[in-house]
Amino acid sequence: MTEQSQSNNRMVIKLVAIVIGMFGFGFALVPLYDVFCDITGINGKTNPYAATYDVNTDVDTSREITVEFITRNQSGMPWDFEARTHRIKVHPGELKTVEFYVRNPTGRDIIGQAIPSVSPGTAALYLNKTECFCFEQQPLKAGAEALMPMQFYVDPQLPEDIKVFTLSYTLYDVTGTSTVAMNRG
Amino acid sequence: MSSVADDLHHDEHHDHKPAGIMRWLLTTNHKDIGTLYLWFAFIMFLVGGAMAMVIRAELFQPGLQIVEPNFFNQMTTVHGLIMVFGAVMPAFTGLANWMVPLMIGAPDMALPRMNNWSFWILPGAFLILLASLFLEGGGPNFGWTFYAPLSTTYSNDSTALFVFSVHIMGISSIMGAINVIVTIFNMRAPGMTWMKMPMFVWTWLITAFLLIAVMPVLAGAVTMVLTDKYFGTSFFDAAGGGDPVLFQHIFWFFGHPEVYIMILPAFGIISHIVPTFSRKKLFGYSSMVYATASIALLSFIVWAHHMFTTGMPLFAEMFFMFATMLISVPTGVKVFNWVATMWRGSISYEMPMMFALAFIVLFTIGGFSGLMLAITPVDFQYHDTYFVVAHFHYVLVTGAVFSIMAAVYYWLPKWCGKMYDQTLAQWHFWCSLISVNLLFFPMHFVGLAGMPRRIPDYALQFADFNKWISIGGFAFGLSQLIFLALIIKASRKIGEPATAQVWDGAEGLEWEVPSPAPYHTFETPPEVK
Ligand code: HEM
Ligand SMILES: [Cu+2]
Repeated sequence: MTEQSQSNNRMVIKLVAIVIGMFGFGFALVPLYDVFCDITGINGKTNPYAATYDVNTDVDTSREITVEFITRNQSGMPWDFEARTHRIKVHPGELKTVEFYVRNPTGRDIIGQAIPSVSPGTAALYLNKTECFCFEQQPLKAGAEALMPMQFYVDPQLPEDIKVFTLSYTLYDVTGTSTVAMNRG
Repeated sequence: MSSVADDLHHDEHHDHKPAGIMRWLLTTNHKDIGTLYLWFAFIMFLVGGAMAMVIRAELFQPGLQIVEPNFFNQMTTVHGLIMVFGAVMPAFTGLANWMVPLMIGAPDMALPRMNNWSFWILPGAFLILLASLFLEGGGPNFGWTFYAPLSTTYSNDSTALFVFSVHIMGISSIMGAINVIVTIFNMRAPGMTWMKMPMFVWTWLITAFLLIAVMPVLAGAVTMVLTDKYFGTSFFDAAGGGDPVLFQHIFWFFGHPEVYIMILPAFGIISHIVPTFSRKKLFGYSSMVYATASIALLSFIVWAHHMFTTGMPLFAEMFFMFATMLISVPTGVKVFNWVATMWRGSISYEMPMMFALAFIVLFTIGGFSGLMLAITPVDFQYHDTYFVVAHFHYVLVTGAVFSIMAAVYYWLPKWCGKMYDQTLAQWHFWCSLISVNLLFFPMHFVGLAGMPRRIPDYALQFADFNKWISIGGFAFGLSQLIFLALIIKASRKIGEPATAQVWDGAEGLEWEVPSPAPYHTFETPPEVK
């Protein structure tokens, strides 16, 4: 109708567009955060895919890095879960394998998923895992136990100031949502 | 000026409004809606206050005696939600509804019908939230900040109701903000240029932009919580590839601007009251405008000062520490300007001024504790202790809430046409001032000594302080009943009649209409010189 209400309407449309845009922005923060953390490696997430190890990699014997392993269970996850090696000294570029022990003490089959996290977070970019139980969900029959290997090397580019870092695994019970078949045990 | 007054007298003759409840349900009048918002906010203030009384009763002595820990957690959660979204924000929206059109010489808000909606969906939102407390398993118990996984993996079945009610609150405040922006852009009286706009209008305009920028992000955050909990997504669940720390980033991207949403209108109010009762012009008007705008812009880049202990890399901690400290510069400009306004003014100490003075001193204390919290290395000790509780109650209670009380005392004669009861006002002020400090000041000490927040029990050495804190809490709660009595008295039209000018030093268009302000004002726009 009037000129006034026309210009009101135009303005409302613009403002609603901002509102919708900001709602979208909230969701865009999710991939933005992942990409940002991926590039900078600041939230301690390691690569979820296997790295390939080049046998010709130069091992930097002048440096020795201490890698520590800790495990914990999400509350309600009944498995016993522990690192067989708690700390290990490696030279950057050297391939090492460590093992983790799991046992399902309950009377039901359970599927677990381990989530790695590195502290200090910046070290995560330089930890390359060529093989890890955390890449896949792990089924374990009632009462069964298993040794799960993890093979890794530390990138020689690791910043000089990092001499020790810790890799922690948190084990989650994903039985309800998993699509993996129950065959181990 | 007499022509304006004549118009207004003429206006009074065509107040067509339906009687009874329908008047309030259907009203599109900015003054009615402002009144509704203000009453709603006050009721919520009392409801949220009752929950605080439960919290303080439990903490009166160490040990668990009155309520279950789970219920205690529901009380801290719902107390926070109600005070933020039910009391402080609607009170400011109510003030904006009443005063913005009067201050810019507009006949009403630009979008009156939307205005009606944005108010009337609010009571529904809070009824849902309150009803969830009575369900089996109880209401939300994860804190007003609803961190994942507390609100996802570990929350109870009423979480869907929580999400739904936050959505409605968000929609309501977004509609309110759009209305304010359109009104200010399109309905200013001829001659009211940007740099002639009253400070309350400026601060609300900037607040409204903050609202439409961050309320949708909050809506996104609760939506993600909803789908994580009920529909199997993993935004915040590490087992499915998500990250609980991401929740905190999204929440505080909303949350920090939100705290400025609750304080910028307060800055506006104080910038009216101080000049009136100092009988001087506001010192540094344009620097006030720029300071407000820069606080609003900076508020988007400091959110992670709430997350110093989440294991951020050093450069991020440094960045957020310095950015946070930077905000205290424009805030300091404001405090300086208020003090400079009073300097050599002929000050009189009417009740709005008393509250404004208390605001300036006590808000500044809150600002200082904020600065202490902004220092990353010490925040590791202060974080999640009662020191943080002391900080945000100084800025929110003696800051935002005191400014709202100051505003009520300042404009109540304009709304009701009667002066408030002076005796009750004195009682209300002094009881509130003393009790609020007894309530919140010792929290600094127990916080520094390590008493954690949101826990229903505490170590024995904190017992004495907590006893006094609780006594201060009960006294502050009771003092607000004096305020209630005072408001009821004025709205029942008991008291000395107020003149149109009300305060002799006051300036602005709102003082050119009679008291009480007629139902319709400024149907012909006033001339602003
Ligand atoms: C000089 C200005 C300010 C600074 C430097 C500041 C700084 C901070 C910091 C660093 C924290 C986090 C503390 C922690 O959790 O360890 C915090 C918490 C908080 N601040 Fe401020 N702040 C300021 C002003 C304000 C204002 C004006 C308000 C609101 C009106 C406010 C409301 C809050 C709230 C509600 C929290 C706690 C949120 C929660 O965890 O529940 N602050 N502040
Ligand atoms: Cu903040």
